[in-house]
Amino acid sequence: MNEPLIRVEDLHVWFDLKGGVELHAVRGVSFALERGERFGLVGESGCGKTTTILALMGLLPPNASVAGAVYLDGENILEHGEETVSPHRWKDIAMIFQGAMNAFNPVKTVGKQIVEPMELHEVAEGKEAWKRAGELLETVGISANRTRRYPHEFSGGMRQRAAIAMSLACSPKVLLADEPTTALDVMVQAQILELLVGLSNDFGLSLVLVTHDLPVVAQVCEQAAVMYAGEIMESGTLDGLYHDPRHPYTRLLFAATPDLYGEGEVVSIPGAPPRLDREIPGCPFAPRCDRTFAPCPDVKPRYLVVGPDRHAACHLNDPALAKAS
Amino acid sequence: MSANGDGASPPLLDVESLVMHYPVPRGLVGTLARRPKGVVHAVEGVTFQVREGEMLALVGESGCGKTTTAQSVLRMVDPTSGAIRFRGQDITRLGARELRPLRREIQMIYQDPYESLDPRFRVRDTVEEPLDVHGLAGAKSERRQHILDALVRAGLTPPELYIDRFPHELSGGQRQRVAIAASLVLNPKLLLADEPVSMLDVSVRAGVLHLLDGLRQEGLGILMITHDLSTAAHFANRIAVMYLGRIVEEGPAQEVVTNPQHPYTKALLSVVPKRDPQHRSRPQILQGETPDPTHIPVGCRFHPRCPIAIPECKQVDPELRRTSGSRSPGHRAACIRAW
Repeated sequence: MNEPLIRVEDLHVWFDLKGGVELHAVRGVSFALERGERFGLVGESGCGKTTTILALMGLLPPNASVAGAVYLDGENILEHGEETVSPHRWKDIAMIFQGAMNAFNPVKTVGKQIVEPMELHEVAEGKEAWKRAGELLETVGISANRTRRYPHEFSGGMRQRAAIAMSLACSPKVLLADEPTTALDVMVQAQILELLVGLSNDFGLSLVLVTHDLPVVAQVCEQAAVMYAGEIMESGTLDGLYHDPRHPYTRLLFAATPDLYGEGEVVSIPGAPPRLDREIPGCPFAPRCDRTFAPCPDVKPRYLVVGPDRHAACHLNDPALAKAS
Repeated sequence: MSANGDGASPPLLDVESLVMHYPVPRGLVGTLARRPKGVVHAVEGVTFQVREGEMLALVGESGCGKTTTAQSVLRMVDPTSGAIRFRGQDITRLGARELRPLRREIQMIYQDPYESLDPRFRVRDTVEEPLDVHGLAGAKSERRQHILDALVRAGLTPPELYIDRFPHELSGGQRQRVAIAASLVLNPKLLLADEPVSMLDVSVRAGVLHLLDGLRQEGLGILMITHDLSTAAHFANRIAVMYLGRIVEEGPAQEVVTNPQHPYTKALLSVVPKRDPQHRSRPQILQGETPDPTHIPVGCRFHPRCPIAIPECKQVDPELRRTSGSRSPGHRAACIRAW
């Protein structure tokens, strides 16, 4: 069988908080990504989507502990912590942080800030690095003669393009983008999404798009996983998730999202996500679910194959149990 | 559509040819060098009405002037010219003292309930404060009843459960409901809601929007400012699309969304991502970004980015007018190609 480019297996992240509190933020997340694939990691605030990709980068804060495996081209980069992750960081896996467009150093030129990571990672230096910085800016749609400009001379959309150029400085294979269009206007958002799709089509870059915005994922990605309370509730093709959801949370999340031409009521999901500083015996979504039945609060649903390229963690997919509902 | 659309009584809010210009400081060097004074043309002749029982969504990208328009209605800024009438009374030039009673009737709901609530105030204090500010003291028991009623109207039931809580004990949706309760306690006639759900999680947004919709059905007028056309399409009665300080299209929400007349509206609608991957939009992406509001293009302000501009568009600054393609008399656009 062909090994995917990146395979995340049973990833867990815990944070040690003050007073001996332990927050179990990511609870057994698994997914895989092919070369050139665009994958969406969707969920609401606090669901663990950003923590998941920070773990892939090995950039979690010191109070975090990680378990599980991340295979990159078959090699488990989490095996020996920093020692095995750091050779791949930026060179194979790069990330655009949330709000990256506002994180440029205001007193250095944009070009300098793209050259620095190249020199640090010994990809290129001096004149060659500057030339490459210009090429990268061209790739993201900014004229190369703006390399010597300062961040304040760029508009918001251009700074986001420059942040993307910066993440590409060491020619990564995988780009993790955390809410890359959240603070942007719709027209600029469309430009940035078009750019990300172009990068994956033209250069075979694999993209993990982390966002709370389902329509953005539906616009850009082929596959997606819906996260809730640190777990993946369901994953599959966008078509499958929208037209045939196999988890009530997926269905409700789509129904809670207003659509320009969508008919029917926009729903809200009552209640709030569970606290993550304690173990959850059953399904974490059970208290808010509209299809809860006997086993849900106490028995954890397993994350099972429910179709081609399709996984879900819901008792309704178990024919024997579902009959009882 | 509106509860009071017979035209006999004046609209709740009537904004006419509103203009708001801000001077740009030149700095000492600029003054000495006698550089010309810069002016930001934030709002450039905006006319609209909000009737009782009606929600108007003011939609546009950042910098289009939608927030400045709302600030003018609240008289937080003094408009350069134009008129703002509330229930028939011209309030454009009223002084602070005369505005006071009106401020009870026009209330604002802000974008971020994580910022707009005082973290040291219990829910009771937050909702009570407007009563104090407006000197609506009353007996203690009466006050408590006002607070409880406002919480119930804002969907925080049973109110006793929430009245003693601090903001950090509430979810984002509940916080926004507290902020709404604090405006409802004054019994306003008009609500201005500036991106009321954009900071909230998707799963609770609809709850707050349905709450506003319920208040509208009770007869409140609501001016909602948003960048989100999908939300506007679902919850507003009318949509006004702003671009560079002007309303470029206005009409019944469904008409604007399903039968857009202005090329800017068409482009904006085309780039809104859809839930259904089979409806993936063929985005008609406009190049560049909205021009700097200190240098408004001559003629139609949209012509430099317009895909269907003709030479005449550089000369004519179009007004809002009924278009040949519109199906409703109240649907107008400012485009000579659409008239």
